[in-house]
Parts: sequence; C-alpha cells; structure tokens
Amino acid sequence: MSEATSQKIPVTVLTGYLGAGKTTLLNRILSENHGKKYAVIVNEFGEIGIDNDLIIGADEEVFEMNNGCICCTVRGDLVRIMDGLMKRKGKFDAIIVETTGLADPAPVAQTFFVDEDVQKNARLDAVVTVADAKWLSDRLKDAPEAKNQIAFADVIVLNKTDLVTKGELAEVEARIRAINPYAKLHRTERCSVALADVLDRGAFDLDRILDIEPDFLNADDHGHDHDHHGHDHHHDHGHGLKHYHDEDMQSLSLKTDKPLDPNVFMPWLQNLVQVEGGKILRSKGILAFHDDDDRYVFQGVHMMLEGNHQRKWKDGEPRQSRLVFIGRELPEELIRTGFESCIVS
Amino acid sequence: MKEFTPAPDSASIVSVTDRVKPVTLGMGVTSAHFLGPRAAFVGAEENVAFVDAKGEISTVAVHSGGILSVASDGKRLIMGGDDGKVVALDAKGEVTLLATDPKRRWIDAVALHPDGAFAWSAGKVATVKSGKNEGKSLEVPSTVGGLAFAPKGLRLAIAHYNGATLWFPNMEGSAEFLPWAGSHLGVTFSPDNKFLVTTMHESALHGWRLADNRHMRMTGYPGRVRSMSWSAGGKGLATSGADTVIIWPFASKDGPMGKEPAMLAPLQARVSVVACHPKNDIFAAGYSDGTVLMVRLEDGAEILVRRNGTPPVAALAWNAKGTLLAFADENGDGGLLEL
Repeated sequence: MSEATSQKIPVTVLTGYLGAGKTTLLNRILSENHGKKYAVIVNEFGEIGIDNDLIIGADEEVFEMNNGCICCTVRGDLVRIMDGLMKRKGKFDAIIVETTGLADPAPVAQTFFVDEDVQKNARLDAVVTVADAKWLSDRLKDAPEAKNQIAFADVIVLNKTDLVTKGELAEVEARIRAINPYAKLHRTERCSVALADVLDRGAFDLDRILDIEPDFLNADDHGHDHDHHGHDHHHDHGHGLKHYHDEDMQSLSLKTDKPLDPNVFMPWLQNLVQVEGGKILRSKGILAFHDDDDRYVFQGVHMMLEGNHQRKWKDGEPRQSRLVFIGRELPEELIRTGFESCIVS
Repeated sequence: MKEFTPAPDSASIVSVTDRVKPVTLGMGVTSAHFLGPRAAFVGAEENVAFVDAKGEISTVAVHSGGILSVASDGKRLIMGGDDGKVVALDAKGEVTLLATDPKRRWIDAVALHPDGAFAWSAGKVATVKSGKNEGKSLEVPSTVGGLAFAPKGLRLAIAHYNGATLWFPNMEGSAEFLPWAGSHLGVTFSPDNKFLVTTMHESALHGWRLADNRHMRMTGYPGRVRSMSWSAGGKGLATSGADTVIIWPFASKDGPMGKEPAMLAPLQARVSVVACHPKNDIFAAGYSDGTVLMVRLEDGAEILVRRNGTPPVAALAWNAKGTLLAFADENGDGGLLEL
C-alpha cells in the first residue's frame, strides 16, 4: 500500500461497542471546520445530520473468499460501495467507514488488502476504536466483539471519562493495555479529540511503521522515563499501574540485535500466519536481514501479509529487528522459538 | 518487450487509427451504447453524452450523482444512480423518471427486457416492472450484484452472494436458487437461453447449464472479469480480465465444459472491455493501456484502432448494423470508427 500512497483516498475505519460514542465522534469529525469533504459509509441512516458530505448506507455483508483461507473474509458491500464511490472521485477527500457495534474489524481491513480494485484507489489509514470508559471493563469480560475492536485498534478513543473515577479510569486503561499496548490512546469526554489524532494516521502505511514501541499512557500522568530496554514484555514497564493479563487476547513483542536470515525468516513468517493466522489479529515488524543494508518492514492482518524494503539503515542506527503480534491465545513459545531460529548464528 | 508499441510500418498489424474520428467528452466515462444513429457515452456521474456521425456532442443530464448501472436495448438506456432513481433515456434525448427508491438507496443494478420490461435493484431487493403492471419485488438473501433478463419469457436472473436466483416475476413462488459459494457480481444469459454465466468477485466466471443446473467453472484469470460480450449467434462468450481476450466456447450443448477457451489478441496490458460485433465473427477489445483492437475470431488477426498510452479503455460499443464502433477511455477521450 505504500506505493503511490498519496494519491489514494484514505479510509478510516471507525469501530466501537454499542453506545460507546461512535456517532458522536463521527458528527464531530463532520461538523468541524476542516474544509474537507468526507464520504461516510454508515450502517444506520438518519443519525448523522450533516449536509455537504456523501452519506452511504451499508449492510455489513461479510463473505469468505474462495481462496482456501478460512479467516479471509471481506466486506462485500464495501467492495460494491467503493466501486460506486470511485465514480465520484474528486468529490470527496477521504472515506470513513462506521461499523456496527458488534462488528469484527478484520473483514473491513482485509477488504483493503485483497480487493484489487479497492486497493488501486484507496488505502486503509487506521482503525479507530471508541471505547466507553464506564462500561468497557465489563464488555471485555462478556463481549468478544469489544475485545476484538480494542485488539485491532491503531487509535483508541477512551470516551466518557467524566463518568468514572480516577481509579476506574486507571483500571480500564490497564485492561486496554493488557490487550493492545501499541494503539494510541486518547481520553475524552464526548469524543472531544483533535481530528489530527484520529484522521490521516497512516497506520497501515509501511513507510510509517515506526510506532512499534508500546504507546505509554500520557507521560504527564505518571512521568516515568520511556527507556525500557531489557524488558521484553509489556507487563514489565514498571510505571506503577495495575497490570492485567488478559486471559485470551495478548500482544507479543520480539526483538533481537543480531541479523536475521531472510531465507529462514520469510518462510517461517509465511508459515506462521498460514497456520496460526486465525489467532493473529495484527502483526507488524521492522527487520534487519543479514548482508542487507535496507530495513525490511511488514504488516499483516490475520493471514494476509504485505512487506517491502523500506529504506537504508542510517549510520549509527542500531540494526535491531522488532516484531509485534496481537492475537487470541497466541502460541508464545512456538513463536519465540521459531523467531530465534531465524537469527544468523 | 515492456509495452505494446506497434511500428507504423509494421506488416504484422493493420492500423485504422487515421480513420478514427476523435471524440473528447471532458467527463469520466463508464460505458458506451448506440441509440439509433448516435453513440451514447454514459458518464461516471450525472450526464450522458450523445455523439453523432459528424462527431457533434450533445449532453443530457440524467442523474444528480453517480451513475451506477446501465442497460440498453438499442432504443433506450435504463440507468440507476446513487440518487436512488431509475431513469430512461431515449434516442431523442428525452429523459423519463421510472422509479425512485423510497429511502434513496443506491440503484446498484438494472436490466432491460426486449419487450420493454425493466428491472432494478437496491440492496437485497430486485423489482421488475412490465407494461402497466405494478412493480413486483423479490428479496434475495444478500445484496444484488447484477441483473439480467432471459432472452425468452419474463424471467430475471439475480446475482448475489453464494449464487444466483432465477425468478419469473409473474409466477408466485417461482424463485429458483442456483448455489455456488462466493460473491457473484454480474450475470448474463446465453442468447439461446441454455446457460447462465456470472462474473465473480474473485477472478473467475461461474456458469450453470439451465437444463440440469450443471456447474461450469471458468477460472484462470489474473484479474476480475468486468466485461462480457456474446459473439454473433452466441457461439462464444468474450471476456476481459486477462492480458488476452478469453473466449469461452458455447456452441455445443455442453458449453465450455471440459474445453479450453480461445485466447486472442495478447498484449502487455490487461483487457478492460470487450464488445463483439453484432453480425460478424469479429470483436473489439479495449485494454488498460488505452489500446483498442479489432480482432477476427477465426484466426486472431488484429487491426489497430487506437494506440496505447492513455488511461484504461472503459467504453466500447457497436451500432446494431455493425458499421460503427464507439470507444472511450476512463477520462472521456475516445473516438468513432466507421467501417
């Protein structure tokens, strides 16, 4: 997706469990004086009262691709709508896809990976998840959809923070971080977040896979330093917050300062996502290969991977390989041992 | 060779590029048709541009937004738009509003029957209107991808997810479901009414022999098939989606079952649109690099109509007699060729 990225229309996917405040955020985006026009794909007509934008009603229709890949589902309605929208190119600057509260973001994201025509014209910008500070902790226990949406997010808007105590807020943030330590998190009341924080994030742009380090909670709150070398796992940051281990959704980060053998790594990664792709929601990596002066970057959604040489390693830049997986019941030991075996000995 | 660059003095290809009357429409174009003596180029949004034999252009406003679907019978066009309207345009340039979706949903597909009946779809519902009768509607399990009328009788094929539905709108409970996993986007009957063929979201066609619903899988395309055209007499189905025109044989009672398709007019570019000549065994093909060729089915002999180096060809049409060929690329630059 990095090729000719700038000419492609950015698509923001807006998810969030029922009642979290998706429509509030959407109305906020549309009514702000930004001089941009959006095409908005919604599942309920009538909740948005903004003229001047293209509002398209959608039925979330998910179907399986006939390519033998069981988790390779796409949103058929999006394929159709994107096709129709392209006839009106030039009439809008960006697209926002609002999903239903119970939706899994994966089919939406995968639509932008597998559909040739969609890919030609549009690029996935980021998955933005609106979460309800008061109820999210409960939903994470009883609603797998809510957990999926948090795990999948590039940006999390933690909304309705005025309805909880400081302690409750810390608790819900810790629960979010147990699932997804990498998303940018913004605390809001009535979704009052700066538009630049939710739009045009380039989260799926291979050239911008830089934010692979965990996103720490706003520094002004607990001012610890961000140097966490030597810590392998997000449980160990030691910033004084409660730590949770989510029973079924985790993230796993791997790193090494030794070069990787591309001839071992590539087949290993391909095979890993083929076999375990149902469990792996998102993956990202920056890689230093043996005898290669270029950084290699990749990202994936379930079984789909895309990767490319990004740029030369800079002088003095540590040639470190880093990988991140977010998923359900990740086979941690298997992944760790597999990764180790890719290191040039 | 990276690009198809025919040398002007090349003996291997005959060129008629100098006989083409250029047409500059100044709008995005998605398809072309002939209504009477004039070519009608359908815009991506709002307008249809008529072009007469002299190359004179007159534009007619038909929708207040994107034009999503078009069908033609040579006498008129039926179009569906993202304004929720179904409109007709006749050869004189007169526009008639045929239907409006009450919720202003997109009109995703339309079809036109030889006897004047027409059909449209919005979401999962397909509606047929014939003569003065009230419209009759059928809801299918998922969003309609495409519509086509059978050449005989009032029978509508509806493409959707996981198959197609055949429906006689005047017969209660007549809907028959033809299953095949996947998303079916376009649909066409063979002119002899024996086969139904759909284009799929993946790079393949699927077909059913209607006598026994036997499946025909037509695969191997590198890209999605967006254009299909039956050759004169329905002997073959020419398709886009590869870097050659793929023509599936339908002359025998088994159709393409167990047979290889013909592959003609190979270029280093993807075929974007095909249009078979109405009378002779010739077809025209437009490519993603802007090339337009005329090709003889029998031996694949090619005539160059337009050189490469422009946006993809989006529109291609023959008049009913087969004496005029109209074409245009996505940006509305095209031409008329008189044979």
